[in-house]
Amino acid sequence: MISTKVEICGVEFKNPVIVASGTFGFGREYAEYFPLSRLGGISSKGLTLNKRDGNKGIRIYEVASGIMNSIGLQNPGIDGFIENELPFMEKQGTVILANVGGNTLEEYIISVDKLNDTNIDIIELNISCPNVKKGGMAFGIRSKTAYEVVTEVRSACKKPLIVKLSPNAEDIVEMAESCTKAGADGLSLVNTFNGMAIDIYNRKPVFNNITAGLSGPCIKPIALRMVYEVSKAVDIPIIGLGGIMDYGDAIEFIMAGAHCIQVGTANFIKPDISIDIIEGIEEFMKDEGIKSLDEIRGVV
Amino acid sequence: MKRSYRKGIIPSNIQIAPNIYEMKLATCDPGFGFKGKPGQFYMLRGWEAMDPFLARPISISDISNGVITFLYEVRGRGTHIFSKLKEGDVLELLGPLGAGFDLNVKGKVALISGGIGIAPLIYLMKRLGNNMDFYCGFRSVPYYTDRIEGKVNNIYITTEDGSVGHKGFVTELFIPEKYDTVITCGPTPMIKTVVEMCKEKNVPVYVSMENRMACGIGTCLGCAIETTSGMLRVCKEGPVFSGEEVIFDD
Repeated sequence: MISTKVEICGVEFKNPVIVASGTFGFGREYAEYFPLSRLGGISSKGLTLNKRDGNKGIRIYEVASGIMNSIGLQNPGIDGFIENELPFMEKQGTVILANVGGNTLEEYIISVDKLNDTNIDIIELNISCPNVKKGGMAFGIRSKTAYEVVTEVRSACKKPLIVKLSPNAEDIVEMAESCTKAGADGLSLVNTFNGMAIDIYNRKPVFNNITAGLSGPCIKPIALRMVYEVSKAVDIPIIGLGGIMDYGDAIEFIMAGAHCIQVGTANFIKPDISIDIIEGIEEFMKDEGIKSLDEIRGVV
Repeated sequence: MKRSYRKGIIPSNIQIAPNIYEMKLATCDPGFGFKGKPGQFYMLRGWEAMDPFLARPISISDISNGVITFLYEVRGRGTHIFSKLKEGDVLELLGPLGAGFDLNVKGKVALISGGIGIAPLIYLMKRLGNNMDFYCGFRSVPYYTDRIEGKVNNIYITTEDGSVGHKGFVTELFIPEKYDTVITCGPTPMIKTVVEMCKEKNVPVYVSMENRMACGIGTCLGCAIETTSGMLRVCKEGPVFSGEEVIFDD
């Protein structure tokens, strides 16, 4: 009776639950715990044109109701992804989003070009990683810069293009509008908040990069507010994320206007938490007599 | 399919030295006992809400008759909460995780622990049939040494304050060339010294590393360390590495 199906950018998701980039690798580790075909989609670990080893020093730090991370986009590079990871992902029976980061516009373009000829379903352009020295989030702070990057990538990209926004943007609504004007097919928001922690005994920052990305349930109310504001301002589909831990959080993002949601940090808390969320959404729909998520999307 | 977090019930959780506790857990799931090789670990959560947010990685100290033993040191909020748990309390746990020790080592073996690093080595000692010496270093009060006596050829105990055994560090007593294989777990500076001593004498050495981690299953990349084979995850490729491959920070 009920249908959890969602279609965005011409791609059909069997349910609105996508696992977020950087919290799910390429799925191999989680495939040991549940069939990945249950998921709406998987967003790959953030990919850069060339392989990266990531950052040194402390990379993960627990805070109240969340974590800070400074992994620094450790990844096998686009070619390594296409050769060694994508064949595995293609067999899982779920939508594949390739999350693409970069230091320069040229890197983004070459990466996207390489992915054009693969079987990935969607490119999720990461202009919001706070943990790389240049590029990354720098593209995601100013609307004007983001507009230029997205315009260029749009013209190079043959796949549906979703732009992942940083909550550290100067103005999230203006940022969303700029990316939409530049031709994005959808938006995902939000990435991690730029934060800081200090080791008081050594009298220095915990992270070598000084700042790091904050995620987890502590950011959810702010992420939800941003999704709400952006969904009122743009007409393209939105993937909402930021501290989603259970089906109730997921429904909140959908009611705030999101088409799909992403489960990120929660994957670290329980490997099959996304399945709990999918089942919880189904139960909620049954209990509330909701046949399609269209009935509640953006209802507030 | 592997199992996600499941529940365990505490038959006992006792303090055995200052800040050091031994917790036993029995399965809440009849017909499904605990498994795990020496060197492997479990992620443990001893609280219901999401505070503390992350589960804690604790290595296996023993498994027998379906009961798993974790020896742990109180270091922060998570382990502090563990220390307050009582008989009958329930924990959530995920595992066994990590690759563990190679049990097919040859010849005479030295096990070298510093502090709580003794936890996985006790379990390893029980499973290795080799001729072994055990070097265990402590800050002040030794623990678990009664479980080593009679199981190895020689036991060398050191304390930093000299209260028991040799005053100083285990590395002051350890002679690498006496052994065919060396296995160590403890504070990184100790591990680094042991590795350097073994390298100098061309003795194979295995190290069990620890690091901050979020997921325990290889996806957050928070625990990755630099090795001669690139970045490797303590939780997945490790926690046991060949001493030669780990690149230690200066």
